[in-house]
Parts: sequence; structure tokens; C-alpha cells
Amino acid sequence: MKIRCRVNGVSREVETPPMVRLLDMLRETLRLTGTKEGCGEGECGACTVLLNGQPVNSCLVPACHAEGASIVTVEGLSKRGKLSPLQEAFLHGGAQCGICTPGMLMAAQALLQENGAPKEAVIREALAGNLCRCTGYVKIVEAVREAAKVTRAAAAAKKPARKKKAAGKEKAGGKQKPAMKKAARKKPATSRGKRARRA
Amino acid sequence: MVTRSPAVNRPRSIGRSVPKKDAAAKVTGAALYVDDLSPEGLLHGATVRSEIPAGRITRIEFDSAFDWSQVTIVDHRDIPGNNCIALIEYDQPALVENEIRHADEPILLLAHPDREKLQQALRAVKVHCEPLEAVLTMERSIACARLVHATDNVQKRFLIQRGDLEAGFARAHKIVEREYRVGHQEHLYIENNGVIARMEADGSLVVEGSLQCPYYVHKALMHLMGLPAEKVRVVQTVTGGGFGGKEEYPSMISAHAALLARKSGRPVKLIYDRMEDIAATTKRHPAIVRHRSGVTEEGELVAQDIDVIMDGGAYVTLSPVVLSRGILHAGGPYRCPNVRITGRAVATNTPPNGAFRGFGAPQTLFAAELHMDHLAESLGMDPLEIRRRNLYRLGDVTPTGQVLRESVSASECLEKAVKVSGYVKRRKALDAANRKALARPAGKGPRKVRGIGLSLVHHGAGFTGSGEVKLASIASLDLSPEGRPRALAASTEIGQGTVTIFSQMIGDALQVSHDLVEVAQPDTLRVPNSGPTVASRTCMVVGGLLSQAAADMRARLLEFDPRGWSDDRSFRKLALRHLKERGALRIDRQYQPPSGIEWNDDTYTGDAYGVFAWACNVIEVEVDLDTGDARPVEVVTANDVGKAIHPRLAEGQIEGGVSQALGWAILEELRWKDGRVWNQQLTNYIIPTSMDCPPMKVIVVENPYSGGPFGAKGVGELPMDGPAPAVVAAVRHATGQWMDEIPISPERLLEKLARLEEALT
Amino acid sequence: MRAALSRLRVVREPNLAMTARALEESAEGPRPLVPMAGGTDLFVYLNAGALPEQDYLDLWHLDELRGVIDTPGGVRIHALETFANLRRDPLVKRRYPALAEASSWVGARQIQNRATIAGNIANGSPAGDSLPVLLALDARIRLVRFSAPRDVGFDTFYTGYRTSVRHPSELIHSILLPWPLPGTRQYFRKVGTRLAQAISKVVIATTITVQKGRVTRARIALGSVAATVVRVPSAEDALLGEKLTPAAASEAARRLRESIHPIDDIRSTAAHRLRVAGRLVELAVADALR
Ligand SMILES: Cc1cc2nc3c(=O)[nH]c(=O)nc-3n(C[C@H](O)[C@H](O)[C@H](O)COP(=O)(O)OP(=O)(O)OC[C@H]3O[C@@H](n4cnc5c(N)ncnc54)[C@H](O)[C@@H]3O)c2cc1C
Ligand code: FES
Ligand code: FES
Repeated sequence: MKIRCRVNGVSREVETPPMVRLLDMLRETLRLTGTKEGCGEGECGACTVLLNGQPVNSCLVPACHAEGASIVTVEGLSKRGKLSPLQEAFLHGGAQCGICTPGMLMAAQALLQENGAPKEAVIREALAGNLCRCTGYVKIVEAVREAAKVTRAAAAAKKPARKKKAAGKEKAGGKQKPAMKKAARKKPATSRGKRARRA
Repeated sequence: MVTRSPAVNRPRSIGRSVPKKDAAAKVTGAALYVDDLSPEGLLHGATVRSEIPAGRITRIEFDSAFDWSQVTIVDHRDIPGNNCIALIEYDQPALVENEIRHADEPILLLAHPDREKLQQALRAVKVHCEPLEAVLTMERSIACARLVHATDNVQKRFLIQRGDLEAGFARAHKIVEREYRVGHQEHLYIENNGVIARMEADGSLVVEGSLQCPYYVHKALMHLMGLPAEKVRVVQTVTGGGFGGKEEYPSMISAHAALLARKSGRPVKLIYDRMEDIAATTKRHPAIVRHRSGVTEEGELVAQDIDVIMDGGAYVTLSPVVLSRGILHAGGPYRCPNVRITGRAVATNTPPNGAFRGFGAPQTLFAAELHMDHLAESLGMDPLEIRRRNLYRLGDVTPTGQVLRESVSASECLEKAVKVSGYVKRRKALDAANRKALARPAGKGPRKVRGIGLSLVHHGAGFTGSGEVKLASIASLDLSPEGRPRALAASTEIGQGTVTIFSQMIGDALQVSHDLVEVAQPDTLRVPNSGPTVASRTCMVVGGLLSQAAADMRARLLEFDPRGWSDDRSFRKLALRHLKERGALRIDRQYQPPSGIEWNDDTYTGDAYGVFAWACNVIEVEVDLDTGDARPVEVVTANDVGKAIHPRLAEGQIEGGVSQALGWAILEELRWKDGRVWNQQLTNYIIPTSMDCPPMKVIVVENPYSGGPFGAKGVGELPMDGPAPAVVAAVRHATGQWMDEIPISPERLLEKLARLEEALT
Repeated sequence: MRAALSRLRVVREPNLAMTARALEESAEGPRPLVPMAGGTDLFVYLNAGALPEQDYLDLWHLDELRGVIDTPGGVRIHALETFANLRRDPLVKRRYPALAEASSWVGARQIQNRATIAGNIANGSPAGDSLPVLLALDARIRLVRFSAPRDVGFDTFYTGYRTSVRHPSELIHSILLPWPLPGTRQYFRKVGTRLAQAISKVVIATTITVQKGRVTRARIALGSVAATVVRVPSAEDALLGEKLTPAAASEAARRLRESIHPIDDIRSTAAHRLRVAGRLVELAVADALR
């Protein structure tokens, strides 16, 4: 079957049997070996890629579901050889053996796209589908928080004119920009454990 | 690049958390792990395994309906050398000839160019067996239900004795006797085991793969293939976690890939899937540890009688060494004049247990620490106080008669962790809160209680006793063609930071930046045998050799040109000039034992380790009384590592080790069914996710060791030792229940709590 | 990867009607098509080599099977709604908080993005986390085949371990959740093997309706304690007409423990399940009290 999709921003036409795993299509047909396999049962998250912007386990996705889709893998995170803030943040202990890192980065990237200032608990939940045996998750959570901070700072620096006051405030007290606060509040999903209410 | 003058020889990289050198390739997906390689003409390999734990093969049947023409088939008759995996003893076959001694034991090997066809081929083979009675537990092994090893099923025994046990017990005010149990643990590196093997035109064999100890594999392949050393080449690829699980097992999988490559004449990739990896490869040794010990009224430990039994599995593999480290730590970090420690590794019909972070010490320290708590309780003393009274101090003597001469930080670690965690206050506060929670009747909403527990542990740095001397490791430093200093060592980067730390040490000794330093890929053709990447010895021992080599290189270069260098550029210039005028520069450094260290292997007396590392863990746990779930909510962990060459990497080792230990203590349990591992998947072998791991406060204590580079003692294993007993102590504090067996599964804990409640009502 | 994935055939029709027809036609032949939604169950089985070679019928592209819509009789949730959607859908969050909560406990993010509610139902694992909620909410399942749709009550949907009244020629089209009665408290709790990416050892959903201080209706549904998700009428009866008191709760728990017979398996023990199930009923009642 011929599958048309965008992989890391590039349009591709891939000839592949339809039920082959997206993971194998990426690794074997397209030779994008950054995406890893740790279990083949959806548990470890090492194979996480973004499918239309959402993190999915590529070991559980048939190639035919990539038809017309946009896919981002770890290879697509850096732009023109420059590491993304998230990748940069992972250089300082977030990646030990590194086998979980590509999947972890993709899950974290998805989180940061929807929440510019995630709290620790939110980060931990967003990464709960990515097993890491090396780090105890401490430096990973730190890296995600750091990347969020760097990204916010960069965004603030880009719009100095209107938001000057806010940027100044950020410097002084390490507070977030108001605009970002709003983004942080706009949580896409109910957080778990909220008591079911009387309807 | 800005560099400081070489005139002042002060560390500029050591102690700083520079970016991890291998990380850039890992965050972009560029790092190539073994499964990312696909050489031309590749075949995929697979292993036909036993389905029963014990028996004899009667017949192997190949389905005639299947097209076998493209399948390479290997059995034991295809082995050119000895059918064994050479390790301590040569008892484990690479492929079963006749007798099956554990489930999932390799019998046949298959290779095919197509992975899907290979799977079909696997299903088209049927091994017929005549089952034998399987010995599946330590108890059955000791009872000699059937002999599976030698004349008594004992693979190894040890005895350590000091003082007069009877006299000690005579002095005791209280004597406490108890048994502790710990279960198997799977390493669960996220990258499964895998290698690629190929035969070169000159008849030499090349194996590359995910492994910790290239020279272990090298040795095993020489024996198996009947090849001389120079005809076997082992290369480590980027490795996705090891924790000991890729210490000895890669010899087996390499052997298999090599046999298939030899027979087919093609490169063969053998990668396990998760189920095969969990079912067939090594695990942490389960253990039964019995303590009988005596304390005086003041809480002084006066006698310890300890018996350690470990389940070695079906073959000897590394069990003697694991047991050795186990018994050497069995007394805990406490002074006791009268001690007897006996140890046995027993054989069962289960896959051999092997190296795993901590190497036997976590098992015995678990028992030792819990026993301290029991002793404290028998005296009505606080667990903190009994530790303060007995912990090792400078000049104390261990059960093997080792005098602790330096770098003893039991007290410092304990006090720091206690202070930072607010242990004393917190314990009282939780007592009050728990009384309230417990008073709440079941029907009134969720009931949760919290407890806080602590543990104190020590961990012998480097190999035991004469291990390092026997090994006589060599590490080298040379100049690369680009004029960079280049480390040549067989020590592998498995995520823990070897490459970065070596670069830092060498850079500082040569007074160049760590960025300039190259660390060669471990490849037995290129690097000398610096020993295995185990026992937290990489930084302390191999790093030490490399630092010395760097100092030598510096002297040699200064001799060549006394004007020296002021920065990386001038270093390279000088180095290139040296290469041109004098040729290659390579310094080999061989391990020399520090003076004054003596060990007797026969009597098990003397200096078991050059030095010990120390750690105290304080852990707060929340127990849900409705479900029995115990959840660590906060960890404070103080670890004396001598010197943190790279503080963030050291912290990362500690955080990772602690979470692995928390998994072992609470969640991780290997289940068996008919002698086979039942939970072979990640959906049923449960390791902690980011939601299950608590935040951690890591305190790095630096009490330098004179025999380690910059004072370093190693950090890899220490964090695995302490968390489990601290969790159990916390659960005891929270619920009043002693969980002398781990994992503390909710099933076990709730059962105990329910029994108690039923007894009360 | 143990199944020969490259040999598997997938049928993909442009719309629901043609998809239903393809399914119905194949059901009479030697190779009935197997519907495929998010694939999170199917691919686990395929990767483990646990399925016979069969042909698949893709549903993923059928937007007709997506949407959460307000109807006079309740809310209709279409088959392909993922748990990621259900946990954040405003309507679901407001009217069926137990379902939103359950959805947030399925696997982890990656799974929630692909796992569909119909897949959860059709897979029929007794540990399926949405199933007790659907039972407690009196859900009705709409099954379609090309010829005709039919609605069945979820309480009569399963006939045994992983078997149901759904004929191989039928697709799950949607789920109708009736409007909750006024004064109804919904409760959901999952006790899994760990805090995320976990399969339930016991999972409970309850709806308890209290009018004038007395329980007028109760649904107590449990997963992972029997071959299918179950309701426990005896425990429900214990609450009916009663005030919500700890005594009523413990009576319900007692009856529940008498009427369920969980088993030992790879994830937990019968004894543990029994104990925990009893406690969860008490917690559900305590929750309704608040
Ligand atoms: C790592 C992991 C974690 C998981 N965690 C959880 C969890 O916590 N809780 C939980 O409940 N489940 C869990 N699951 C199971 C799974 O995700 C759910 O059962 C999911 O809802 C299945 O939906 P799907 O769309 O992926 O189904 P698919 O895999 O596509 O299909 C599953 C079955 O349903 C059939 N089917 C699908 N759609 C239809 C339809 N419309 N009509 C008729 N038949 C249909 C298929 O033929 C197949 O038999 C987990 C799975 C994985 C891999
Ligand atoms: S390989 Fe896909 S989740 Fe593990
Ligand atoms: S860094 Fe090794 S598994 Fe995460």
C-alpha cells in the first residue's frame, strides 16, 4: 500500500504493507532509527512519536493510520542542527543510557505544546507512559521544567515592546508572564483524582 | 575556548557538572544502538528454548510442511570449541545437548533473512522432552529433593568468623532471631539484549552489541569458537541500560549469534524481544537471610549470627561472587566483636541469577537493617539511636578483621539525612496524625497513614579482596591522529557517564578541557582489558589508572617541549608535533594495589575492600489502609561517594538507584508458573512510572579516599542498598506491621492488616 | 513483533454504510473481518503473536463514528471517541464525571490518544476501566449492521468471559448514556498495579441517588472481580431505602463480599480483590455522603 504522509515536515510517499507497525515503517522503511522499541506492547513509550500532534505508541499504530497524517519523530525536534530547548535541557542528566530519551522527548514536547508552564504533578502524569529505568525521573522532570522556562523566556524576549513590564517582572521575581499564566491555566484535560461531583 | 594557565594545577572540570558528552547524540536520535544497525546481507537470529524447567530431550521435530531451505539451523554439534560459557566455572552450556536444567534454556538456533519467516520457523520446531522433577525453590534445593548440582546442591559456601559468639550472646540483654526474604528482580533496562555477529574473510569473528564487559564476551567466544584472542573482536555499541544485566548474559547471546554467523557465513542479528528477555536472562538473586543477634541493655551489639542463602539458579555463573559480596555486607555498617556469617548459594532449576546493581549486598543489607530495627524495638529504643550507638567509626574492625582506616562516613550520612528530613520531628508528627486516621471508622472515607523510616548502609568500593590484583587491569591513554588525548579502556558507557567522567579526569590531569579528550569506543581490538564495568569500579579504579596515565603523558610532553601548552589549541599543536617527530605516544597503566591492603581468600579475613562508601536513606511512605498500597512520598538520601567527579551524574546515579530499589521493595515481583516466568511482559512485571516515583532530596557527601582519583569511591551500586529497608521501616511506623519479606505487595500488606483488624473485632 | 504483519490485509471503505456492509458480507464467509479502531488492544495481541491470521476492517477514518452529542434521552458517545477526548469533553465532565475520571486512568497519555471506548467495550476485558462506569450509568449500546441497527442494554451485553451479544457482523456504533437522575452521586475508583499505565486489580463505579435523605436508586458495578464486569444487586439492595450511613455501607460491603467470586491471577489474588472490593463500596458510600 502506498502511504502519503508528512514526516518531520517533509512529504513522503511510503510503500508499505498496511498492518506493519508505524514503528517499523519509520525505523526500517524510512531508516529513522531514533524511535526505539522497548517492549512492543505499548507500555514503555520508547516508541512514542507525534501523530497529528498527539503522542502515540508507534508500536501499536498500523502504518495505514499514517495515511494523510503528520508525524514528528525525535529526528524532527532540532531545527537546522540546533537543538530545541527541550533537547538542550536533557543534556544535563535527563538522558542517561538514552534509550527512553527519544520517546520521553516526544511526550514532553506534546505536553509543552499544550501547557507552557506545567507543574511537577502535570509533568509526571504526562510522562507516565514513558518508562525510564536509569534516572528515577528526577532529572527528566527537571529538564522539562527547565525547557518550559527557557521557552517562556525566549517568547518573552521576542515581544519586548508590549510586554516589557511583564518581562521585567520575570527577571526580578522569576514570575511568569501573564499571558503564559493563562496558557498554563487552560488545561486540556481534567486532572485525575478530582472527585466525581454530584450531577 | 578560554582555558586557564597550566601553571596552576587546579581542577577545572572535576566537581563540575559539564554537559554529558554522549547526551547530544542521544537527544537527537543519532546515537546508534545495536538494533539500529543493519549491515548488508543481514540475517535475523532466534532461539528455540526449553518449555520445561527440567528434563531430557528425546527428539527434535522440524515441521516438514515448512520451507527450511533458507533457514540456518544450529545445535550443539555446530560448536567448534567447548560447549560452555566460560566464566567462573565452565558448567553452563551454550546450547543444551541433552539435559534441560531450567526453563527457557537455549537448545537450537535459527536464522533467516526475514524476521516474519523466522517467527514461523520458530513455531515449526518442536522439542520433545521427558520431564524430570524440577527443584524450584531454595528450600527444596537444600533438602536435596533432587540433586541438580554436585552432591549437595550447594554451588558455593562461605564462612566469616570473628570473636567468640557464645561469649557475645552471654553478654546480651536481648537476643532477637528472625528471617528475612527478598525476591527476584529483573533489571529491566529499556533496551533488550542484542548483538550482531559476523565472520571476517580471515576467519576472525566480530561481535558488536549491547554489553557491559567486552572482555567477558571475548573470553567466552574464544573458548566456544576455539579461536585465538586476536581472532575475536568484541565491540560495544551504545547501550540502553545494563545494571548488571548485561554483565555476563551477553556472552551467551554473543555465542549464539557467533554460531549462526559462522554457519551461515552472513552477519546475524540476535535481538531479544521483551518477553524473551524477561523469561530467559539473569535476575537478582532471591535470598533468605536469618539473623540471630544480641544487644546489651544500652543497645550495644555484642553478637551476630547470620546465615545467608541465595538462589543461584541452574548454573554457577557469577553466584559465588554475588554471595561473597552479600556475606561481606551481611552484618550491616555496625561494629560487633562477635560475628559468624555463613553463606550458601544453592542450585535450582531456574534460569541462573546473576549480576545486578549491588551484587548481593542489597539482599543482605535489607536483612541487616531490618534486624537493627527489630533489635531497637526489643529494647524500646528508637531506630535512630541504636544506629548511632553501633555504627562504624574510624578505627573500627569489620567481621573480616578489616580496620577502617579512612573515609568512614556512616555517622555523617546518618546525621545529614536525619537533619534534612527532619526525621525526629516528623516521626512524632506522623504518630499523632496516624492515631487520628486510624480512629476513623472504615465507612467514613479514605484512610491513609504515613510512616517514616531510615536505613544506614555501606558498600565496599571496587572488587572484593584480591579481585583487582588478580584482574591486573590496564588502561591506556594515547594521542589521536588529530592530536587529542584519547582514553583506551574496556569500561563501557551504559548511561552512567563513563565517557564524561573519564574526559573530566584526563582533561584536568593534562590541563586541557574535557571537550578535547576523546574516549575510544570499547573494542577489544583497540582497547586494553581494563576489566569489567561492574562493582562501581569504573570511576575509582579505571578512572584512577587513566588519571595516572594522563599525568605521565603530561610529563612526557613537557619533557618533549618544556614550554608546554596554555590551552587546547597549543596542546594539540604540541601533540601533533610530537606525533610527527617522535611518533605515537601511548601510556599504559596497570593496576597496582594500594599498599597495606591484605586479604586472605582462604580464611576470608583481611581487607575485603580498599574503602567503603556510605549512605543513609530516610523515606516517608503513605499506606492506603483500604487497598494496602504503600507509596513512597518523599526520599532523603545522603551518600558518601568520596568525591563527585560530576555532581549531576552522581545525583542521577543515586536517583536512579533509589527508584530501582523502591521498585524492588514495593512493586516488582517475578511470578512463576510451572517453573517458567509467568509475568514476562511490562504490563505484568511492574516497574515504577514517573507517577510512582517520589521527589528526592539527594545529599552528596564527599569524604575522600586516598586510593581513588580525586578521592572518588564510586556511586553506581550504593543507592540500591538502602531504600528497601527504609521503606519497610516506614511501613512499620505507619501501620505497626513488619514486612520481613519484599516486595511489600499490597496483597501481603492488606492481608496482614486485615488479619489484625479481624483479630481485634 | 511476532505476527507476520506484512501479510495482513486491511479493508478500508469510504463510509460507515459501506464499512458495515463489508463487515456483514464477510461475516457469512470463511474469513470474517475484524474491526480495528485505535489498535491498542489488537496490536498488543499481534505483537505477542497471540492472534490467528485474519483480515481487518479499518474504522479509524470514519468520522461518522466520532462525536459526543446531546440528545433528549441523554448523551450519545460515538464508538471512536478516545479516552483523551472523553476526559476533557465538557459535556462528559459535567454530566458523567465518573466517565471522565475513568478515562483519565486508562493507560497513560499515549494510550488515551488512541484507545477508543468501543474498543474497550468490544475487547471485553473484565478489567476494562470504562465498563463499570457504563454499567453504573445504565448505558445502552447501539450496534449496527448494514441491514439494521439495534440497541441493547449494557447490563445484558456480555454473555461470558470476552463474549457478548454482538454478532460478528455488527459494529458498535455508539453508547447512549441516559441523563443522570437529580441527586445522583457518581463515584469511580481504580485500584491498579501502579499509579499509571496500570491494569485494574479492582475497579468500581457507582451511582447513588438520594432523595429526601434516602437512597432511591443505586448501581454498584465492579471490574476485575469476575469473568465480566458485574453489577452487584444484593449490595445495591442493601442501600435502597436507607440513609447513607457507615452501617449501611458496611452492610452493602458485606453482601458484596458474599456475592462476588474473584480469582487469583497474574495481577492479584482472590482474597485481595474481595477485601478491596468491599472497601471500595464503603468508600463509594462515604463519598456520596459528602
Ligand atoms: C499499555 C496499555 C495500557 C492500557 N491500559 C488500559 C487501562 O488502563 N484501562 C483499560 O480499560 N484498558 C487499557 N488498555 C486496553 C486498551 O487500550 C483499551 O481496551 C482500548 O479501549 C481499546 O480500544 P482500541 O480502539 O484501541 O481497540 P482496538 O485494539 O482497535 O480493538 C479492540 C477490540 O475491539 C474491537 N472493536 C474495536 N472497535 C470496534 C467497534 N466499533 N465495533 C466492534 N468491534 C470493535 C476490535 O475488533 C478488537 O477486538 C491498555 C492497553 C495498552 C496497550
Ligand atoms: S515499544 Fe512501543 S511502547 Fe514500548
Ligand atoms: S535514560 Fe536509560 S532508560 Fe531512561
